[in-house]
Amino acid sequence: MTQTKTREKLDSVTIRFCGDSGDGMQLTGTQFTNTSALFGNDIATYPNFPAEIRAPQGTLAGVSGFQLHFSSSEIYTAGDELDVLVAMNPAALKTNIADLKQNGTVIVNEDEFTDANLKKAGYKEDANVLESLKSKFRVIEVQLTKLTMTALEDSSLTAKDKDRCKNMFALGLLYFIYNRPFDQTEEWLKAKFGKKPEVLDANLKVLKAGFHYGDTIEAIQTTYEIPKAKIAPGTYRNIMGNQAIALGFIAASQLAGRPLFLGSYPITPATDILQELAKYKHYNVRTFQAEDEIAGIGSAIGAAFAGHVALTTTSGPGIALKSEFMNLAVMTELPLVICNVQRGGPSTGLPTKQEQTDLLQVMFGRNGESPIPVIAASSPSDCFDAAIEAVRIAVEHMTPVVILSDTQIAIGSEPWKLPEIESLKPIKVNLHTDANTYHPYARNEMLARPWAIPGTPGCEHTLGGLEKENITGKVNLSAEAHEEMTRIRSQKIQNIAKTIPNTEVYGEKKGDLLILGWGSTYGAIKSCTDELLRRGHKVGQAHLRHLNPMPNDIGEIAKNFKYVMIPELNLGQFNMLFRAKFLIDTKPVNQMNTKPFVIADLVKAAEEIIAGKR
Amino acid sequence: MTTATDPSTLTKKDFVAEGDVKWCPGCGDYSILSSVQTVMPTLGIPKEKFAFISGIGCSSRFPYYMATYGFHTIHGRALTVASGLKIANPDLSVWVVTGDGDGLSIGGNHTMHAIRRNMDLKILLFNNRIYGLTKGQYSPTSEKGKITKTSLMGSIDSPLNPVSFALASGATFVARTAAHNPKHLQATLQAAAAHKGTAFVEILQNCNIFNDGAFAKYLNKNTKEAENLFVEAGQPLLFNGDTKGIVLKSGTNPRLIIEENTGQDKQDISKFMVHNPTEDSALLAYMIGQMGIEDTSMPTAMGVIRNVIKPTYDEALYAQEAASIEKKGQGQLKKLIYAGETWSVSDNRKKDPSGSF
Repeated sequence: MTQTKTREKLDSVTIRFCGDSGDGMQLTGTQFTNTSALFGNDIATYPNFPAEIRAPQGTLAGVSGFQLHFSSSEIYTAGDELDVLVAMNPAALKTNIADLKQNGTVIVNEDEFTDANLKKAGYKEDANVLESLKSKFRVIEVQLTKLTMTALEDSSLTAKDKDRCKNMFALGLLYFIYNRPFDQTEEWLKAKFGKKPEVLDANLKVLKAGFHYGDTIEAIQTTYEIPKAKIAPGTYRNIMGNQAIALGFIAASQLAGRPLFLGSYPITPATDILQELAKYKHYNVRTFQAEDEIAGIGSAIGAAFAGHVALTTTSGPGIALKSEFMNLAVMTELPLVICNVQRGGPSTGLPTKQEQTDLLQVMFGRNGESPIPVIAASSPSDCFDAAIEAVRIAVEHMTPVVILSDTQIAIGSEPWKLPEIESLKPIKVNLHTDANTYHPYARNEMLARPWAIPGTPGCEHTLGGLEKENITGKVNLSAEAHEEMTRIRSQKIQNIAKTIPNTEVYGEKKGDLLILGWGSTYGAIKSCTDELLRRGHKVGQAHLRHLNPMPNDIGEIAKNFKYVMIPELNLGQFNMLFRAKFLIDTKPVNQMNTKPFVIADLVKAAEEIIAGKR
Repeated sequence: MTTATDPSTLTKKDFVAEGDVKWCPGCGDYSILSSVQTVMPTLGIPKEKFAFISGIGCSSRFPYYMATYGFHTIHGRALTVASGLKIANPDLSVWVVTGDGDGLSIGGNHTMHAIRRNMDLKILLFNNRIYGLTKGQYSPTSEKGKITKTSLMGSIDSPLNPVSFALASGATFVARTAAHNPKHLQATLQAAAAHKGTAFVEILQNCNIFNDGAFAKYLNKNTKEAENLFVEAGQPLLFNGDTKGIVLKSGTNPRLIIEENTGQDKQDISKFMVHNPTEDSALLAYMIGQMGIEDTSMPTAMGVIRNVIKPTYDEALYAQEAASIEKKGQGQLKKLIYAGETWSVSDNRKKDPSGSF
């Protein structure tokens, strides 16, 4: 039958699945993603959910979305504009249609476009919404609900359970349009519903019905093929940032030869890390769901005192609560990793949206001179490496370390090229056990103090938040001791810069514009740099892992370019730090609309800067 | 790690830290410090396995004066650090030193949660019914009407009873003792040390600068017999030189009342309540703990009020870890990373058929 349809090759496609929170859109998106990844495409995803778990059905507040970008070439973002929008109801259409590109395809569940639902979505009743879209987009109206019910006529499931299968119809239809196999989804359904044969049977039936429907209808004349991407050889798995960071912490604990402790309190969007780590008791991972954010970090400090690789995970509001304890870790010079998955603020702000607005908070949001190293992860899979680096700095330099992630990379996913186990460097841990040479605040060449843990005979000592004297660690509130210790604590953090590799510059090493970034903006900046290079501009890209201390070479690198552009999803926080340190007249590019940068916007800003117009 | 030291040779002075103790002269804390240093060497635990964790306040300077591992943390949060320490190394004997402000005001939340989890921690709550380190403001245990620097017309806060708080949080061991009675204090510390699980010990302690005489009625020659009721497991609740005792009035309004003990015959003595701290229900312990504090017409119970055995948090956590290893095998780095749905991209992929099926 397929011979009646034409088949076209595409390089890349961006699809967004959206519907009510309960419509199973995250699941549908994840299935399409896994199928495409296993097929061999490069992929990047970005789920988008409302803060409410299940807002009233059919309302704008309840729309949940999952965006997938899959391609036959390397990609770095979840896509700027949508090629295809799948809208399960009028509310989903209304909140997402603006992102669909001209002549893009919109697939709607026609059955949901009732007067009542149109009204809930804020459309005029009896408005011919779908007709009016047809001048700008290709609209495929599908009676998803009715067709699902028909396919399940013989099923013994309740009407409600049958209705739940309709996302599989949409998935089957898209598998047809993009020539995807559905054996991966079939396997997944079997694993999930193996014990409920009637549910499994219904889902499979509807999936196939959706697929065959695509073959039958005239509205679909063309199917598409997105060939495999040329990806570096290796073994891959698809991974989300929160999962990668959890695995990174476990790996770090193994590389350090010390058990892992996590003290944490659930908070969006960091909760996944606690949930993930709770699965790994057989890796000697000890998770403690504390009574609050403060107890989360307090227990982690206790575990650090006891010689564990200690961790606390949170988001910005939790950092505010933890700041007094972060200072205790600074003062007692204990190794501790504080993981901040940033979300929209201030206050409760936008719990499920992304921003990079906690950088200055983690740098400075504490009393006294309180230096803490800060590092950032730049993509979902990079979270793994960043977690290991955070632990390395913490235990080798005896300091708390902040690792910054954000909503986009925390819940976004991409293929992760799995590292060779042998390539992971051990983390040096020297527990001090010699009573004769022990002084709690003695220093090594990097100014790190020794780590002697309770249970070690002869090394008994008392730590505390009061100022102390160097070497002995005895409480000392004198002017001299405070001046000396303040400078030692500062220099100790600066010394970390000696252990970080040279900064890699992508593109030109010298020229008109350096685009300097950190965190989740990596993909958008990389794509922007590629486009600028393609257009013949002399541009380079540097993306920093270490924000405090910054790498020693970054000042010199910046001076090789006429302009330095710093794009951030805040109002210029890293820009402020960088300008202050290097006295360079940088060009900030800022966005606060809860979304990732649009590549085209960055390209436009960069060209204006190069032309001296910005 | 080096092997553990022999605890049998330990003496009090092994627990005395170098340097001066800096509490006010005459402070009740000196007596508590001395008692703790007396009891620790008798417990059969190597010195390096003790850890003293505190928050902020006068009482919380305690770890600096102990020659053990110690941690002077931040205000109200000692129990969080102690919980992490105990989870990370259950082999340690972890003692938390806190006060009525640190443990019941700013840190009340953590006190409740540590107790309900039955973390194997020993909590010593020094109750002087005043804020000493900030120089004299009312605390959550200050009596109503108390005049302090921040309650010039008398405190309008209702005080809480630490023993009631601990019992309501599900404590498995609750005791009350006093700094002015070292012998009783030491016996109580011994009992706390022997308990597996959270041991909550309220220690009445005089602040001779900002709240002098707060507990004078328990010391005064003329009143102490009538005000102290030393409870002992299996013994009737008698006080005032055994001339009075406590009787449980049951019925629709159950309560404790005082009755004379004539000592004439067996039948007379049998009417008094016999103390049973190991009773499953905490109801009677709660009534005993309220005496003298919430109803000042009654004597105050001193001693171990509740002592029951329940699984501890740290035991349960390690049991789950062992079960998990038993079931899944000890975790390996390679298995951790090369898990889930993986796929391989090979060098000769250009020869692969393109995307159709």
